Amino acid sequence: MKLAKLTLGIAVGAMASTGIAMTSAPGAYAAETLYIPLLTYRTGAYAGSGTPVANGMHDYLTMLNERDGGIGGIKITIEECETGYKASKGVECYESTKGKGALVYNPYSTGITLQLIPKAPEDKIPVLSMGYGLSAAAVGEKFPWTFNAPATYWGQASAIIKYIKAQEKGALKGKKIGFIYLDVGYGREPLPIFEALSKEMGFTFIKIPVAGKEMQNQSSQWLQVRKHRPDWMIMWGWGSMNPTAIKEAAKIKFPMDKFIGVWWSGGDDDARPAGKAAIGYKSVNFHGTGANYPAMQDIIKHVVSKGKSQVKDVSKVGENLYNRGVMNSVVMAEAIRNAQKITGKKNITGEDMRKGLETLNITAARLKEIGLEGFTNPMKITCNDHSGGHPMYIQKWNGKNWERASDWITPMKDKVRALLEAAANKYVADKKGWKTQKCS
Amino acid sequence: MELAHKIFVAPFWEMSGAPDLFLQVLWEGFVAGTLYSLIALGFVLIFKASGVFNFAQGIMVVFGALSLVGLHQLGVPAWVALALCIGIMFVLAWTVERVVLRPLVNQPDIILFMATIGLSSFLIGLGEFIFGGEPKTMITAELGLPSGAIDFAVAGGFVSLQKIDIAAAVMSAVLVTVLAVFFHKTRIGRALRAVADDHQAAMSVGITLQQIWVIVWFAAGIVALATGIMWGARSDVSFALEIVALKALPVLILGGFTSIPGAIVGGLIIGITEKLAEFYWGPLVGGSIETWIPYFIALLFLWFRPQGLFGEKIIERV
Repeated sequence: MKLAKLTLGIAVGAMASTGIAMTSAPGAYAAETLYIPLLTYRTGAYAGSGTPVANGMHDYLTMLNERDGGIGGIKITIEECETGYKASKGVECYESTKGKGALVYNPYSTGITLQLIPKAPEDKIPVLSMGYGLSAAAVGEKFPWTFNAPATYWGQASAIIKYIKAQEKGALKGKKIGFIYLDVGYGREPLPIFEALSKEMGFTFIKIPVAGKEMQNQSSQWLQVRKHRPDWMIMWGWGSMNPTAIKEAAKIKFPMDKFIGVWWSGGDDDARPAGKAAIGYKSVNFHGTGANYPAMQDIIKHVVSKGKSQVKDVSKVGENLYNRGVMNSVVMAEAIRNAQKITGKKNITGEDMRKGLETLNITAARLKEIGLEGFTNPMKITCNDHSGGHPMYIQKWNGKNWERASDWITPMKDKVRALLEAAANKYVADKKGWKTQKCS
Repeated sequence: MELAHKIFVAPFWEMSGAPDLFLQVLWEGFVAGTLYSLIALGFVLIFKASGVFNFAQGIMVVFGALSLVGLHQLGVPAWVALALCIGIMFVLAWTVERVVLRPLVNQPDIILFMATIGLSSFLIGLGEFIFGGEPKTMITAELGLPSGAIDFAVAGGFVSLQKIDIAAAVMSAVLVTVLAVFFHKTRIGRALRAVADDHQAAMSVGITLQQIWVIVWFAAGIVALATGIMWGARSDVSFALEIVALKALPVLILGGFTSIPGAIVGGLIIGITEKLAEFYWGPLVGGSIETWIPYFIALLFLWFRPQGLFGEKIIERV
C-alpha cells in the first residue's frame, strides 16, 4: 500500500514534468485542418532560449486562427511536442506526429535537423530550419525538402566577418578573432567558413569550445580569451551558455562592443542577467524587435490579453527571441497561402507545402499587408537557393533592449555559395540513392 | 619529441612566464572547487544517513534557487524570501521522509536510489509547473551580496578577484565548517553516524531514524539553496544548474561518499586541477577537456585508494 502511494506520487511528478508541454491539440483532427506540429523545448537546460521562440511561433498561429479563422478559411491545428533540445526526443516527436498530416517541421536544433533531413523526402514533409541547421541544405537542387532561409550559418559568419572588416577600416590581416562556441553540431557548423575566410583574409582564428555540460562554468575558456587577447570575439551559444559567457567576458574586461553573438545568442534574457556590464554587447539579427507592429498588436489583442498564450507578462511580446518565433510562423503561414494559391486547394499536403516554400516571395508590400512593414527584409526562396542569403544587421544591447547598430549587411554570397555547393555535393555523394532535383 | 615538449615542458614555461594568469587560473579553480565541495557535501550527508546516493540533489539546487527568485518576483522582500525558502527546504525534507523514505525502511539501497530518481523527476516537473522553464536572474544585490572586483597588479599583469566569488568561497567555508562541527560534535551528529553504520542497531538504542533523516535532508536542502544562490549569481537561475551539480560525482569518487573532509578536499582538488588542465593542456587536444578530466583524476586516485581519499575501508567477512 505504501509502495503504491509512492508510485502514485512519482507518476504525478512525471505527469507534471511532461504536462507543461501539453497544448490544446486534439487527439484526432478534422479533415479540414492545417496541422502544424511544433517541436519545442520549454523544459531542460535550453528552455531559456527555447521558451520565447515557442511562444512567438505558437502565438502568431493562434492569432491567425482567432483573427482570421485560420489561413484561407481553414483553421490551423497547432501541436507542441517537447524535445528538450535532444535529437532522440526530436525524432520521437517527428515519428509520433508525422502521420497526423503534418505540413512542415521546425526542429529548432541543428542535431534534430540533421536527423530529419533524410526523413523529409521519404515522408514528403518539408523541414524548415529558419536560419539554422545544415548550411549546405541551401543548395535546393541537392536538398529539395529542406529550407534554411533567410540565411545559412555560413552566410551569417561571412556577414559578421564583413562587419568586423568594415570596423577595422577594411583590413583584417594580422588581427585575431576568437570564436567561443557550444561544442555540438550547431556550434561547430560555421567552422569551415571561418577557417576558409581566415586563410583568405589573413586573420588568426582562435577556436574555444564549450562543452554542453560546462556551459555555466566557462572561466577556463574566458581565461584562454584573456591569454590570446583577440581583437574581436564571436559567440555561437545557446541556452545558459549565453548569459554565462557575457558575464565571463565582463569579468575579464573584454570590450563588449567587440563581442558579437550569432542571432541565437541575442535573447533579452541572454544579456539582461549581466546588468550594466552587458551594455554594448552585440548580436546579429534579421528581423525587428519590439511590439510596435500592427501584427504584434493583434497578437496582444487576440491572444495574450485573452489568456490564450503561455506568455503571462505582456512585456515579453516583442523581445528578440519571441519575435524570432513570430517570424518563423510568418514564413510558414505565407508558404501555406502560397501553396493554396499555386495548387488551388485550401487543405494542402506536405508536398504542396514544399512547393509553397520553394516559390515563396514575401515582398515589402506583402509585409505591410500582414502588419509587419519594415519588420524584416523581403524574402525570396527559389528552387536553386533554399536560403536566399538575405541581408542581416548587427544590434547592440543598451541595458534594457536591443537597438540597431548597423545597416543591412549582405553575406559574402560569392565565397559562401561555392563552399555550400562543395559541401552539398559531398553530402549527396555519401548518401546512396539520394534524390536531387533539377532547377531551370 | 615535440609532443612531449608540449605536454611536459611548455605548460610549465607558460606558468612561469605569465604568473598573473597562473594565479588567476588557481583562483578560478579554488572558487569552483569550494562550490563543488558544497554540492558534494549535500550528497555526503544523505549518503551517511541512509546509504543512498541522492540523485535529486542537483534538482534541489535548482528548486531552492528558483523558489527564492520566484518568491521575490511575487513581491516578497529578499531576506523574507530567503527565510521562506529555508522553510520550503524543511517542508521538502519532512515530506521526503514521510512519503518516500519511511515506506522504504530496510529496503535494499538500490530501491532508495530509484526513489530519489523518481523524486528528481517529480521536482523537475513541479519546478517547471510552478516557475516555468525560463531563466531568471539571481537577486544578488537584494540579498546584499557584493558585486565588482578587486584587482591586484602581479608581474606586469593583474589578478582579478570577483567579490561575488570571494563571497562564495567564504560562504562555502563557513557552511562546511558549521555542518562539520554540527555532525561531529553534537548528539545528533553521533546519532547520524550510528544510523550510517546500521539502521536497525541505531533504532534499537533509541535513535529515531525518521528524525535523523529529516535533519540530514534539511541540511542537504540548505546546502543546495546556498549552492543555487552562489552559482546562480555566476550565471543565471535555470534548470541547467542541475548539470553543474553533477560535478559532485567525481568529487565523491575521489573524496569518498561518507567523508565530510573528503568532500572538501576532493572538491578543491577537482576544481583546481580541472581548471589548470583545461587552461594549459586543453588546447593540445582542441579544448573542452573539463568534462572528463575530473573523472580521470578520480580514477587515478581510485587506483591507489579504492575507497576514496577519506572513505572508510570496508572489510567484509566471507
